[in-house]
Amino acid sequence: MATNPMHQFEITPLIPFQLGGVDLSFTNASLWMVIATVVSIGFFSLATSNARLVPGRLQAAAEGAYDFIANLITDNLGSRGKEYFPLVFSLFIFVYVANTLGMIPYSFTVTSHLAVTAALALLIFFAVLLIGIGRHGFHFFGLFVPSGVPGWLLPLVVLIEFISFLSRPITLSVRLFANMVAGHVMLKVIAGFSIMFATAGGVAWAATIFPVIMNVLMIGFEFFIAFIQAYVFAVLTCIYLKDTIEVGH
Amino acid sequence: MELEAVKILAGALALLPLTGIGIGLGMIFSSYNEAVGRNPGAAELLDKRFMFTFAVTEALAIFALLIAFYLVFA
Repeated sequence: MATNPMHQFEITPLIPFQLGGVDLSFTNASLWMVIATVVSIGFFSLATSNARLVPGRLQAAAEGAYDFIANLITDNLGSRGKEYFPLVFSLFIFVYVANTLGMIPYSFTVTSHLAVTAALALLIFFAVLLIGIGRHGFHFFGLFVPSGVPGWLLPLVVLIEFISFLSRPITLSVRLFANMVAGHVMLKVIAGFSIMFATAGGVAWAATIFPVIMNVLMIGFEFFIAFIQAYVFAVLTCIYLKDTIEVGH
Repeated sequence: MELEAVKILAGALALLPLTGIGIGLGMIFSSYNEAVGRNPGAAELLDKRFMFTFAVTEALAIFALLIAFYLVFA
């Protein structure tokens, strides 16, 4: 029996493939990323294939997701943020679907790997950097110089702003990855208490029900966390993208 | 001390930051409830900000928990 709670995050190659010493195997992580993409594209094409003026249940769900992100962008970026809608919407849907698919027993949580979340975060980081410099040129670096700071404090403030800018992809990726790992490990650890009670002997087996009840609550909470983390990922993407629209504090 | 005992002790120590994070989360919850109590009309706007600040603060607790898990199990 696999009692190690970290066992669920192991990556196993399904189709081994080496190219010039680089491991490019199709792993279970790749498989679940493909599933997440297929599920999200499938859901939205199914929901909008038979679009009506008065939406059905499926179409209403798809429109709800659209409205949710559209409002998020209008709140954070204003009307000029419309051009970023496809990016933020696909990021949100991918992260949310990947998080939620990970809740299926014996499935694999793609977002519980730093490699996946770091790739998403670096994509946003470099997008902000390149779009910002391309659009504003040298003025983009005015981002590091807040207005109204006294001159003698400026070097320190610029340094702090610069470090906080560089740490964006780290905090963005580690937040999502750590939440997913910790949540899933917690479920396994609590489930392990049941086994401990059951094998303790005597009347202790009667207590096995308590970790199970706890786990039922935790699974509900994990679905909430799956949504919240996808939402936070989208909000932070919006906040970072704001720098490409208007520069200067 | 045995290695196993040190591992578990280190895991327990890694959870000490939860004290501060608990206080911080309590402040977020209390000010959210107070704000909604004073102005129920603003609840919809406050919900979003509450969820965002809650998730960002809660993530810190998760970092500590993750480090503890790694110390004990990995």
